[in-house]
Amino acid sequence: MAKVKARVKVPKKVAKGEIFEVKSLISHKMESGQRKHKKTGEKIPRQIINKFVCTYNGKAVFSSDWHGAVSANPYLSFHVKAVDSGSLDLAWTDDSGAVYKKTTKITVT
Amino acid sequence: MQSQKNKIQVSRRDILNYTSAGILAAAGISLFGSIVKADKKMTVHAVSKLAGGKEIMSGKITLELPQIAENGNTVPLSVEVDSPMTDADYVKSVHIFAEGNPEPSVASFHFTPASGVAKASVRMRLAKTQNVVAVAEMSNGSIFQATTEVKVTIGGCGG
Repeated sequence: MAKVKARVKVPKKVAKGEIFEVKSLISHKMESGQRKHKKTGEKIPRQIINKFVCTYNGKAVFSSDWHGAVSANPYLSFHVKAVDSGSLDLAWTDDSGAVYKKTTKITVT
Repeated sequence: MQSQKNKIQVSRRDILNYTSAGILAAAGISLFGSIVKADKKMTVHAVSKLAGGKEIMSGKITLELPQIAENGNTVPLSVEVDSPMTDADYVKSVHIFAEGNPEPSVASFHFTPASGVAKASVRMRLAKTQNVVAVAEMSNGSIFQATTEVKVTIGGCGG
């Protein structure tokens, strides 16, 4: 599979206690397991990202379970309450067990 | 006269047999029907399993979806649940189901008080025009549900 590329967008600076939006996008085919091979007619096995976890300074703040109906190149946005400056770690796990990670710095003023 | 009576008796038995066969046939049809229309039932079943016998309430959930989705492959969905999001009272999870999809489960979002607001957006696939259901589980165990219909022009589950 092509190299998986993850993109994350967060505000440059957030005030303490402010709730900010995290937007993420990851390149992944999200093979649903419902499609059939054009020539053989066999079902193409499922290969999707099934788990997403967001950790803020070591504490899991948001997670999500995905099924076959999540679109290819999944987009996800959610919110986090700013506490301290630090790192926001996003991790996507797919059916093969591969984990794709992306870390973003958060600056709290 | 006697023979006629027998005849009647026989035919009555026959009728009984036919009726039971008919019931079986009808059951067979309804069973088949349930296989064909399993998705909606699967959704209802999944929701009631989540609720675990508790009352399913309406309200609190804002489900943002397009009325008409031209492309069923990427239908933007945004869900927000009204909650103070404190340690004592927050939204634990929100589950999204698509009734008309071959596999009704779409996604589950798990929030924490550190989320600030219980709001998430994702893009999903919809096979055809159908209802999208959001079920929210609160920290106190109460269950809320919201449903929105989306008209899909081109289905998004591949051939």
